Amino acid sequence: MDEIMTLTFEVPGDDFTRAGEASSAVKKRLKQLGFDPDTIRRVAIAMYEGEINMVIHANGGDIQVDITPKAIDMRLRDNGPGIENIELAMQEGYSTAPDNVRSLGFGAGMGLPNMKKYTDEMKIESELGVGTTVSMRVLT
Amino acid sequence: MTVADVKSILDAEVVSGEAYLDREVHTACGSDMMSDVLAFVKDQSVLLTGLVNLQVVRTADMMDMVCIVFVRGKEPSGAMIELAGERGMVLMKTKERMFTACGKLYESGLKGGEVSHG
Repeated sequence: MDEIMTLTFEVPGDDFTRAGEASSAVKKRLKQLGFDPDTIRRVAIAMYEGEINMVIHANGGDIQVDITPKAIDMRLRDNGPGIENIELAMQEGYSTAPDNVRSLGFGAGMGLPNMKKYTDEMKIESELGVGTTVSMRVLT
Repeated sequence: MTVADVKSILDAEVVSGEAYLDREVHTACGSDMMSDVLAFVKDQSVLLTGLVNLQVVRTADMMDMVCIVFVRGKEPSGAMIELAGERGMVLMKTKERMFTACGKLYESGLKGGEVSHG
């Protein structure tokens, strides 16, 4: 596989039970392509946390994943409320998620820090009232 | 130990995935907070939790876990059983509480696994 393989997904915003379907599909595809398990897990976890965020905070969005032998690039884009203070949002334990999300096992303020931890590069672009785009790269 | 050993130590009832009881497990994680599972564990093979929703199965799947134990007799839903089946995962339930269930497995040699830093 020398060229770029691109996968795109729509993330529905109204159904928490479906959050993670895109990440699961990407994980499966990377496995078929023969990437090593550690790389696959890093991509899967980072994208899954991002996908959960899109459902919790932004009423869904879309995800594009570019796969090459050297790197996996993920771009998660939403039209949600935007992040007021990115630095604060990156702190472990800081969360603006509602209580009902916590009862589902998320919303502990670990999502963005986890995404940063598992990826080699991560960039957040956000505008209040317009939306947020998170770009992440995992090197193989 | 194997998944079957986990079952007998916890006097657990297998809900689905009988076919995978002979799989080896070395480490486990007990948590109701899925982001913590995703953050602090590496190479864990068993998840013990009191949380019951589809994201529990997805989280375990992302982590390549082979078995989920629901504590205090919690019952996984049909959708959870279906997804776990697709992923070749064992679901079981025990009447034990979280602390006791984790303690019994730890005492029997199952470890907490490596904590990843940074």
